[in-house]
Amino acid sequence: MKNFGKSLIFAGVASALMSTTALSQDDTIKVGVLHSLSGTMAISETTLKDVMLMLIEEQNKKGGINGKMLEAVVVDPASDWPLFAEKARELIEGEGVDVVFGCWTSVSRKSVLPVFEELNSLLFYPVQYEGEESQRNVFYTGAAPNQQAIPAVDYLMNEEGVERWVLAGTDYVYPRTTNKILEAYLQSKGVAPEDIMINYTPFGHSDWQTIVSDIATFGSAGKKTAVVSTVNGDANVPFYKELGNQGISAEDIPVVAFSVGEEELAGLDTGPLVGHLAAWNYFMSVDTPENDEFIETWQAFIGSEERVTNDPMEAHYIGFNMWVEAVEAAGTTDADAVIDSIIGVTVPNLTGGMSTMLPNHHITKPVLVGEIQDDGQFDVVWETDDLVAGDAWSDHLPESAALIADWTDPINCGNYNTTTSSCGGGS
Amino acid sequence: MTIFRQCLAALFCCLATLASAQSFEELVAQLPEGKFAERAAVVAQLGALGDPRAVPVLEVLLEGNLHVLKSNEAIVAVREVGSDDVAYDALTGEEFGIIPRRGSSKIRVNNGLRRDIRAAIGTLTLRAPDPALRLAAADAAFRAPNPDQLELLQSVRSDESDSEVAEALDYAIAATVLESDLPDEAQVAAIDTLREMGNQDALSVLTPLLQATNPVMAAAAKDAVAAIEANQRLWNMAQNVWFGLSLGSVLLLAAIGLAITFGVMGVINMAHGELVMLGAYTTFAVQEVIRASFPGLFDWSLLIAAPLAFLIAGGVGVAIERGCVRFLYGRPLETLLATWGISLILQQTVRSIFGPNNREVGNPSWMSGAFDIGQMTITYNRLWILLFSLAVFAILLFVMKKTSMGLRMRAVTQNRAMAANMGIRTGWVDALTFGLGAGIAGLAGVALSQIDNVSPNLGQSYIVDSFMVVVFGGAGNLWGTLAAAFSLGIANKFLEPWTGAVLAKILVLVFIILFIQKRPRGLFAVKGRAVEN
Repeated sequence: MKNFGKSLIFAGVASALMSTTALSQDDTIKVGVLHSLSGTMAISETTLKDVMLMLIEEQNKKGGINGKMLEAVVVDPASDWPLFAEKARELIEGEGVDVVFGCWTSVSRKSVLPVFEELNSLLFYPVQYEGEESQRNVFYTGAAPNQQAIPAVDYLMNEEGVERWVLAGTDYVYPRTTNKILEAYLQSKGVAPEDIMINYTPFGHSDWQTIVSDIATFGSAGKKTAVVSTVNGDANVPFYKELGNQGISAEDIPVVAFSVGEEELAGLDTGPLVGHLAAWNYFMSVDTPENDEFIETWQAFIGSEERVTNDPMEAHYIGFNMWVEAVEAAGTTDADAVIDSIIGVTVPNLTGGMSTMLPNHHITKPVLVGEIQDDGQFDVVWETDDLVAGDAWSDHLPESAALIADWTDPINCGNYNTTTSSCGGGS
Repeated sequence: MTIFRQCLAALFCCLATLASAQSFEELVAQLPEGKFAERAAVVAQLGALGDPRAVPVLEVLLEGNLHVLKSNEAIVAVREVGSDDVAYDALTGEEFGIIPRRGSSKIRVNNGLRRDIRAAIGTLTLRAPDPALRLAAADAAFRAPNPDQLELLQSVRSDESDSEVAEALDYAIAATVLESDLPDEAQVAAIDTLREMGNQDALSVLTPLLQATNPVMAAAAKDAVAAIEANQRLWNMAQNVWFGLSLGSVLLLAAIGLAITFGVMGVINMAHGELVMLGAYTTFAVQEVIRASFPGLFDWSLLIAAPLAFLIAGGVGVAIERGCVRFLYGRPLETLLATWGISLILQQTVRSIFGPNNREVGNPSWMSGAFDIGQMTITYNRLWILLFSLAVFAILLFVMKKTSMGLRMRAVTQNRAMAANMGIRTGWVDALTFGLGAGIAGLAGVALSQIDNVSPNLGQSYIVDSFMVVVFGGAGNLWGTLAAAFSLGIANKFLEPWTGAVLAKILVLVFIILFIQKRPRGLFAVKGRAVEN
């Protein structure tokens, strides 16, 4: 009997405890952050985790959302693609987060897609990617190929008069798809197949001697040659070093990169690289009041004036503010309500424009082409006149030309075929 | 394209004649405004004006240091003095004082404009007293051939005394003749000049002529291109051998420490790559200290870092051996797992201390750039790494074969019980042997920091290659490691142009697997009783 009493008290205390935790859970909105903090991708993703913590802190200073404070839940998927799916499940089911900001590589995104679909939660994906995808639970705040690759190639073709193209990439899904789109696009612009050289290298490739010398040979045909690089992350540093050492300057053969930003250049002496290009939707050097404020907040948050900002950070900034507005408008963090209310939400980006969430879950962004400077920053040499709307399905590939994505009624489909007027098709 | 170029040239021509009306000061004032193409025209006019004052202004513009002050719209050259940006008048050099952050906006240049600026500077410096300047000017004229300059080039050529500059001028004149409408004989003579030049630059001028409408020129160009290409093919072979040697030297460096710990001692050390990484981070730390306190010593940074990296990586190696590996001798599977765990610990430790980002390790001046042998480009950093790897190999061989320490090491690994009976402290020798292998991995890190990323993941990318080399060469045999590293390097580089980098790597791996099936002990198998147990 005594024992029974004890356990009764214990149960009472326990339930009281549980109800307080439940209460505190109701009081905060949990935001999941799914970025690798160890392993190969930590180099890029750690910064994004930090920027999410900063954005959440800033929002809480403004009083949270609808009177509720935000609480960040950070997990480390350790650059291990299947682990991304497990960690996403842990965030949504275990921690009960209302939204997740995360992933970098396409393969990690592909790995979490079924989890978000099954558990009906929200993912904001901040990195430029190969397109050919639109999922109801995912918002793509990075660039689609028509917001990065195609305008960059246009710039080289029109402004630099490039006629011969090297498409160099790391051997995985993003470069392969992007190069397929670019090859189709270049040929549609009248570039002969023998004027296009495609080259793939393994992840973390460090011996670029042969390839750089091949590029130099390919470039000696009397036609202006450029390299379009989808080489990923770490492999870029030895690639640029080899270019510099073999004396190939940007004035001879410019390299335009889609994965090289301020963060990647931080580990590099950029003196020999001046003039090589990158295409992004944001550069740290952009001179707008919003950007000045963002950089100041970031450097104060991280406690270092050396730290740089980059494009995926801006994508998280835009995505987070869009989500905040959508939640405020819907009055709830419920996934279905937010998916409905976020379409058409317009927030300022950091380059002086306003970005809008489109029905295909991509956003409008300006496209900037910048040249590397000797201080590791980019100088904008060209930008689109207007914002470019993200296109989920490329018009330049025959298999996806007829597809569109539209998550509003009446279509409500991620791969709607406009010729057969039916949902489904593509991958 | 050629039509476009001609139009552009014609346009420049017209503008240049108009320009005589515009003074130097007026032209400089136009530099900040307009589109890149309009500003390129201004730059061309500055070049055509022939005013030597334009050279410093254009050079500052080329470096990206020409700014417009926001306060009074003056065009200034900005130079860094200490940590401040100081503005000087672009024309007079008069000092304006320190400019505040975002107090000026830079006059932007892009690649196209940079080319035009170089051409304009070239026109102005063809008669400069310094031969290096004249050489650069001749090169610029070659890259941007302008028929209007032909007479100027020819008159400069006739006065030129320096043979190297004269040769460069000959090529520039040839390229310019090919752009002009001179008669066929002159053009064919120009093609012959370029044929003698015989490099990729010559090819890039000659290849478009293959489509020339004039049959005489097309035929001459075809001959010249064929001759140059045949020559280039030969040089390509040599270049591939060089690339192979260079890749081999990197493999050798990465593997040679493992040849001791795995090859001689038989410890499967998965943390080997991380010891390499420690060496690279030591180089980074040394360079940081030098940058902050002794900037004059920067060129010596690698020589200072090498012994430190050896000691640090060696020390960590001894700690690993004493703290973990010695309890696991004879249990390869446990050793593998334990050292793999250590590799993760080391990685994350470095990530916590130095951050996950790449760290910048600079190349000393003697390791930057390249030189040409015939049609072959040899980069200094690769050359030094090749020499360094051979030196490390030679020293290691000497230590193992000629010193009493090496004798003890070999004795202990060949027959531990006997060695112990002879009075050798086997535990101590084990620790030192492991430390030696680890220290050499640290040395490899110093060299690899020059060509690869210095990030916590540095080691991972070398661990598989290292084991591959040691196993292929035959565990326990240093010469085998040397032969394996260079043969794998060269094989890889000859495969790469045909198959691409990804497939070349796979083919090499498949070859090694098949080879190991046939000769399980590698290229140079160690024979004797010690191996049998």
